[in-house]
Amino acid sequence: MKSIVLYLHVHQPFRVRNYSVFDINSTHNYFFADYQDRTSNERIIHKVAAKSYIPTNERLVKMLEEHPEFRLSLSITGTVLEQLQMWAPEALTSFQRLVATGRVEIVGETYHHSLAFLYDRDEFVQQVERHKAIVLELFGQTPTCFRNTELAYNNDLAYWADQAGYKAILAEGWDPILGWRSPNFVYQPSYTTNGIKLLMKNYKLSDDIAFRFGDRNWEQWPLTAEKFTHWLDNSGDGTNFNLFMDYETFGEHQWKESGIFDFLEHLPRHWLAKEGYDFKTVTQVAEATEAADNIDVPHIITWADTERDLSAWLGNRMQQEAIDALYSIKEQVIGSYDNELIEDWRRLQTSDHFYYMCTKWFNDGDIHAYFSPYENPYEAYIAFMNAWHDLRLRAEAV
Amino acid sequence: MLGWELPPHNSGGLGVACLQLCRALSKRNLDIKFVVPYATSMQTDFMHVISATPHSPHVLLGAYESAGYKDSGTDNVPQNIFQLEQQYLTSIESIAKGSSYDVIHSHDWLTFRAALRAKAILGKPFIAHVHSLESDRAGNKIGNTLVHEIEYMGLMNADHIVAVSGFTKDKIVADYGIPADKISVAHNSIDPTAIVPADPFNSYDYLEQMKLRGYKVVVNVGRLTVQKGLHNYLDACARVVNAQPKTLFLIVGSGELEHELIAKSAELGIGRNVLFAGFQRGKRWRDAFVIADLFVLPSLSEPFGLTPLEAIAYGTPSIVSKQSGVAEVFKNCLKVDNWDTEKMASSIVSMLRHQNLADEITLNALAEFETMNWDKTAEMLGKLYEHHASKVAA
Repeated sequence: MKSIVLYLHVHQPFRVRNYSVFDINSTHNYFFADYQDRTSNERIIHKVAAKSYIPTNERLVKMLEEHPEFRLSLSITGTVLEQLQMWAPEALTSFQRLVATGRVEIVGETYHHSLAFLYDRDEFVQQVERHKAIVLELFGQTPTCFRNTELAYNNDLAYWADQAGYKAILAEGWDPILGWRSPNFVYQPSYTTNGIKLLMKNYKLSDDIAFRFGDRNWEQWPLTAEKFTHWLDNSGDGTNFNLFMDYETFGEHQWKESGIFDFLEHLPRHWLAKEGYDFKTVTQVAEATEAADNIDVPHIITWADTERDLSAWLGNRMQQEAIDALYSIKEQVIGSYDNELIEDWRRLQTSDHFYYMCTKWFNDGDIHAYFSPYENPYEAYIAFMNAWHDLRLRAEAV
Repeated sequence: MLGWELPPHNSGGLGVACLQLCRALSKRNLDIKFVVPYATSMQTDFMHVISATPHSPHVLLGAYESAGYKDSGTDNVPQNIFQLEQQYLTSIESIAKGSSYDVIHSHDWLTFRAALRAKAILGKPFIAHVHSLESDRAGNKIGNTLVHEIEYMGLMNADHIVAVSGFTKDKIVADYGIPADKISVAHNSIDPTAIVPADPFNSYDYLEQMKLRGYKVVVNVGRLTVQKGLHNYLDACARVVNAQPKTLFLIVGSGELEHELIAKSAELGIGRNVLFAGFQRGKRWRDAFVIADLFVLPSLSEPFGLTPLEAIAYGTPSIVSKQSGVAEVFKNCLKVDNWDTEKMASSIVSMLRHQNLADEITLNALAEFETMNWDKTAEMLGKLYEHHASKVAA
């Protein structure tokens, strides 16, 4: 038996508008820019819903209807769910319709897409619980598989998830960790005792879809579902192909014109044609498959960049200063019992804010290598820190 | 008089100094025609302002900026500072021929070639007024070699040179080997009557709130360029935060070092203490002086430096770099070498910790400020005009 494990990650942050020194203490509006502004979350969610969420969900529902064996897994952050509720309810409904088929598993994570696991374990648990609650409320599921923000993973995280009762956890299938082993098996994280399984992303196959699909200079272009399933078919031993990617791959990173939707729709048709081939959700594959080996990850790995570390979020001093400042006021914020204040503080924890401050590529002039609503990383830092000053003042005032 | 900017189209202190100087000169019965390189309808009751080109001041650069122009689509719009300088020079011919003059008084290198052309046409003496040298703007390096050449040519061929400070006079001698007796010092000043009163509602509301919580606010206002010494200043700020954690530093201005300075404040671990307000004019610019407990001018090389005088106009004491002209005329402030970050930090801490020290300095500086005016400078220049006008006539 060979299974495709398709897992899509849905997320949008509450971007901080260009909040100036003069806004501090005069308005607490950090996240709601004018509609035409580059940082307008409402405008961006409208665009992404129209280009990606709604058309992709249409295809996925059709695929689920046509193929009883087709399954997939989704993670949806609390911050994007709130934005869908506010500004794109029809997109939210389309996700709910998908999950209502009973063949879509929702993966657990932090509500705010934060790096809290690295900074504050209590806060981390709070956010995971909050996410669990909104998933139950909107989708009627309780997650049994966990993924941490940016797929940041180490032994500690696996141990925590194992103790918390999760059956599976996701990580990057990074070569220095895997060594001679293949990502196409199920593993057990070192030092775990309750039987949690580790699924490692096959980044080569995933990136063929997520990054290279529309690249006409790629020697494999154009990629068809037939060719892709042929590769899987000929990839030797293995029980599961972990295709993990951003949901926005479909329609946003890869435009409709690239043929990405047709590729998606044809994938099950070609894959399921062969006896013994199927699709599984993340928990299904973990439960159905024996662990091939133990995987030891003492240091944090992520799914980003060639380094697969945290340097895109915490690599420079602006990023470190900003996140340290944020967690340094936790006690005053939580102690305030002011829900709006606490929520603003948590929205600032979303990892994207620190990503926008990344200068790794900036000096090479390759500023388009990532999507940022700011002119440059310095503007992102200034807006964030000004919001922080206001937040601190509010926390003190209570 | 050949100038480059006047408020409100000024990028820095040059325009303010020219305007106030001319107002003071006009009281001495001098008839002044002031040429600017952009289109203006500005008229004052004390001088005539003449446009050398039809370009809007908004598409043109300030006197000390180095970025390229934006192409507005018409052929005649200059694409760099040298093209504009050339257009200014060309138009001087018709301006010079259109009227009679006694003295050509020219402000900084951008107008020096035009002044030389005017001198050739009119046969009248040329006085070169130095507000800033290329080596000041380049942080004591040679800077742009073409600018250096123009500056050299202008200063060599001028009938007399006026420097805004002894500091600048010494630099002219050192940079260009001009004999010291060809250079007079005419200190810039400030016209207390021109100060716009402080607004009771300060735009830096956050800083007011933090002051109520025991924080002190240290302010710097100026272009974020190498000349202004802000790298050393931030090093000093980090030391101050160690000693006085409840200190906030407001930096008002923009410039090519902006990104570097933002990153540096984070690298020093004082990102939570330094606020960047960007370029501001008018009320927000004045309010920065008002909200400050202390103003710091840390320049590497500042020919004059008006901002400490503006700070005291709003009751704020200053620490000024010894490498500045203002340090020569402003007695009641603390003075430090721009490179001595330890001394700079300890001076800032002393001013913030000892209210009696700050109060004493403020009180005396206010009294000193009240006596300031441009009259002495105007008188000196008036005599200089007379001397040279008669010399050439003879």
